[in-house]
Amino acid sequence: MATREIAGTTVEVNDEGYLTNPDQWNEEIAKVIAREEGIGELTEGHWKVVKFLRDDFKEKGVMPTIRRVKNAGGIPTKDLYELFPEGPLKKSSKVAGLQKPASCI
Amino acid sequence: MSEEQDRIKKVSIVCSKGSLEGIYPALIMANGARMEGIEASIFFTFFGLYAVLKKFNNKIKIATVGNPAMRVPDAKGMSLPTILGAIPGMSAFATSMMSKEMEKLDIPPIPEFLEMIHDAGGHLYACKATVDMFHLTTDDFCDEVERVLTVGEFYELSAGAQIIFT
Repeated sequence: MATREIAGTTVEVNDEGYLTNPDQWNEEIAKVIAREEGIGELTEGHWKVVKFLRDDFKEKGVMPTIRRVKNAGGIPTKDLYELFPEGPLKKSSKVAGLQKPASCI
Repeated sequence: MSEEQDRIKKVSIVCSKGSLEGIYPALIMANGARMEGIEASIFFTFFGLYAVLKKFNNKIKIATVGNPAMRVPDAKGMSLPTILGAIPGMSAFATSMMSKEMEKLDIPPIPEFLEMIHDAGGHLYACKATVDMFHLTTDDFCDEVERVLTVGEFYELSAGAQIIFT
């Protein structure tokens, strides 16, 4: 398992840069990953998505889909695409310190 | 060629079949494309047009006749002979079984799926020849359908895209 230092914390990452242990995540790490992914500064809207993804994953043990982000998280699909363009679920999951989503929805 | 040049940037999907197993692959591929940041359009033609007819797209069913891969009660069960697939209610039953499995995977019903693809920036178009042949008007379509296109216009909009026929 590769490790890298993000925002002063050493974390375990896979070969695509996703954190492999969500417990090693913190908000400073999220900010750095967001910049690397071309998302820029994280706004309230971004944090709402990140918080939902983390809470839902913790509760269910599976990565939420875009549909679940919409129906259970109350975040419209349009907003999700605007906040995290060019790969909304992949990028938001990466920022949230979670695994790469394996779903097609 | 570099990896960036090799990357698919745009897909145009032709949805020509009106059964559940004909429509979902088109919707899943279009949605999946948008999830990867790929531009996506779906051109609904012939019976595939039923996917975007608001009075009918919540009644789409699996074809249980003429489908040699069809098995009951699940994917590894015994094959369903066409003559049994023709029993009234069989198609509705198979559809309800599959819908339950799809719901578990969070695959939405067709009307919700169209809305999601539209909100994701995907484009939905109807085929003009079919619209004329079926005597349809724009009132028959769900709101997410942007335009009725001729084949020529479809090719024009598909410039630079990979065209996928389902």
